[in-house]
Amino acid sequence: MTGPSRLVAGIVAVVLLGGAAIAFAIVWRPAIAAIEPPGPQAFDAALVKRGRDLAAIGNCNNCHTVRGGKNFAGGLPVPTPFGTIFSSNITPDAETGIGRWSEEAFRRAMRSGFNREGQHLYPTFPYDHFTNVSDEDDRALYAFLMTRQPVRAAARENQLSFPFNQRFAIAGWKLLFLRHDTYQPDNQQSAEWNRGAYLVEGLAHCGACHTPRNALGAERASAQFAGGDVDNWHAYALNDQSRAAVPWDADALFAYLRDGFHPDHGTARGPMAEVVGNLSSVPSSDVRAIAVYMAGVSRTPTPDRKRQGEAALEQARSSSGPASQANAAGASIYATACASCHESGRPLPFGGVNLARSTAIASPDPRNLANIVLSGVQAVEGERSPIMPGFANSMTDAQVSALLSYLRARFSNQPPWSSVEKTVQDARRAQTAFLVKSPAPHGAPADPQQREKP
Amino acid sequence: MMTLKVNGREHQVDADPDTPLLYVLREDIKLNAAKFGCGLGQCGACTVIVDGKAVLSCVTPMVLLEGKQVTTLEGLGTASEPAPIQRAFMEEQAAQCGYCIAGIMMRAQALLQRNTKPTDEQIRTELDPHLCRCGTHMRILRAVHRAARLMDTADATPAAEGRAR
Repeated sequence: MTGPSRLVAGIVAVVLLGGAAIAFAIVWRPAIAAIEPPGPQAFDAALVKRGRDLAAIGNCNNCHTVRGGKNFAGGLPVPTPFGTIFSSNITPDAETGIGRWSEEAFRRAMRSGFNREGQHLYPTFPYDHFTNVSDEDDRALYAFLMTRQPVRAAARENQLSFPFNQRFAIAGWKLLFLRHDTYQPDNQQSAEWNRGAYLVEGLAHCGACHTPRNALGAERASAQFAGGDVDNWHAYALNDQSRAAVPWDADALFAYLRDGFHPDHGTARGPMAEVVGNLSSVPSSDVRAIAVYMAGVSRTPTPDRKRQGEAALEQARSSSGPASQANAAGASIYATACASCHESGRPLPFGGVNLARSTAIASPDPRNLANIVLSGVQAVEGERSPIMPGFANSMTDAQVSALLSYLRARFSNQPPWSSVEKTVQDARRAQTAFLVKSPAPHGAPADPQQREKP
Repeated sequence: MMTLKVNGREHQVDADPDTPLLYVLREDIKLNAAKFGCGLGQCGACTVIVDGKAVLSCVTPMVLLEGKQVTTLEGLGTASEPAPIQRAFMEEQAAQCGYCIAGIMMRAQALLQRNTKPTDEQIRTELDPHLCRCGTHMRILRAVHRAARLMDTADATPAAEGRAR
């Protein structure tokens, strides 16, 4: 081998080795030593209680519990564009749960998405938000989870295609999208706003549903809170693109997040019903803080959008709009199936929301409206809560479509939806699946009194 | 005029397309088993079966019933020849005031038609939309299980003859 070529080979070798070392450093994390499960007595009761509230704010139970299954035992299928990922068992079972995880291992999972053994975790576990969770909150969450009932439930095999079934691919994802900087308070804002920002951007991970994702499944930072998709529901835009006829403010957000409904906005359904179910049981100051921060995210509506909202409300007041003539079937269905509650004048929760204020009807996509018409709203056990019958049994897809088109024309000033019937067909299939796999949507809080009565 | 098929018979009905099925059943066809409870689809007393599925007749407009087959409690059996579901409810004495029972029987019937051996949990979930203020819930549960057994047995023996519960 001649001199120059040996030099080139040497450089290539160094580059390759260096690259491999860097890749190794990014990809590989050591296992953290297993511990003897500490048992529930090892944790301070006040810390556990704080962890309970934090876990409720983090909505941990809803992904880590299957319908009819044991709390936090995992196994919930999470559909993604890349395949189905099953949630893990986060009970303190030594063999199948996190019983042998030290607090350090737990914190590393929250911060950088590794399990105790050092394997990458899929970002369906929203560690891209949990980087913001403070050490002391991680400690409380750890104390809470380690004092739950251990459940023996082995992880289910994810159903992913190549290359997504290779965990090292996650290293690349993290390199592109995971920011390790934690939340920094904004001194220009109030303590309450900062508390809200800390929770929303961190543990509550609101953007995981409400922010659209890019082709690699990461939240698009440039479109924060512009609306996203979850479980065949549309998570509404919460920024200035919100379609709410009456703009959100902190008081409305607080009431909605606390009670699950608000007369100017309607009722939390689908995955959001689970979120508000959890938020009903945490300190009201935290819910208030979230509301204050999110009101800032919604911002003052543009004059254009404000005008649109007012026009929609006005249009609904004159009940004999053009919609009634054009769509006789939709009008008849509406008169009997919907108006009896939605025009009763009874206040929520037992009366229906004024449909001109329904974000579902003004939304760019009819999915949520289709879901709600088919499945209704189940009452929360032991509480005054909204209730609506589902109409899946009494209406064909064509009839639901006629109704949806009628509602759109009558109660919004948006253009007609396209392919409504296709959406209804999909919704009928997906709702069946959703109801089978999701955790009981109407589990009452341990103490219903905790939810402040309207 | 529209044709409404109820319990195997065709009725010519003069009703607007948005008239609730419940009103037509009770006022025009004089079938009074389905009850008016809340008129909002929230209590279940008006439940009937349409093409095999339980439907709340107070929030079901006539326009939805073109070409469909409606079954009310009267269509299942008679006082002298009760259907299994009716016999089971009588044998378990599952009715107290009885106002809610016709609706509950219809939804239970629809359940048993697609699931011949429902579990307790499945029955409870299915009957969730029904309100009963008398509180005969446990008897209702037993009655549905009994009806399942009765339907399963060609010549079912009545309770008086010592069938185990």
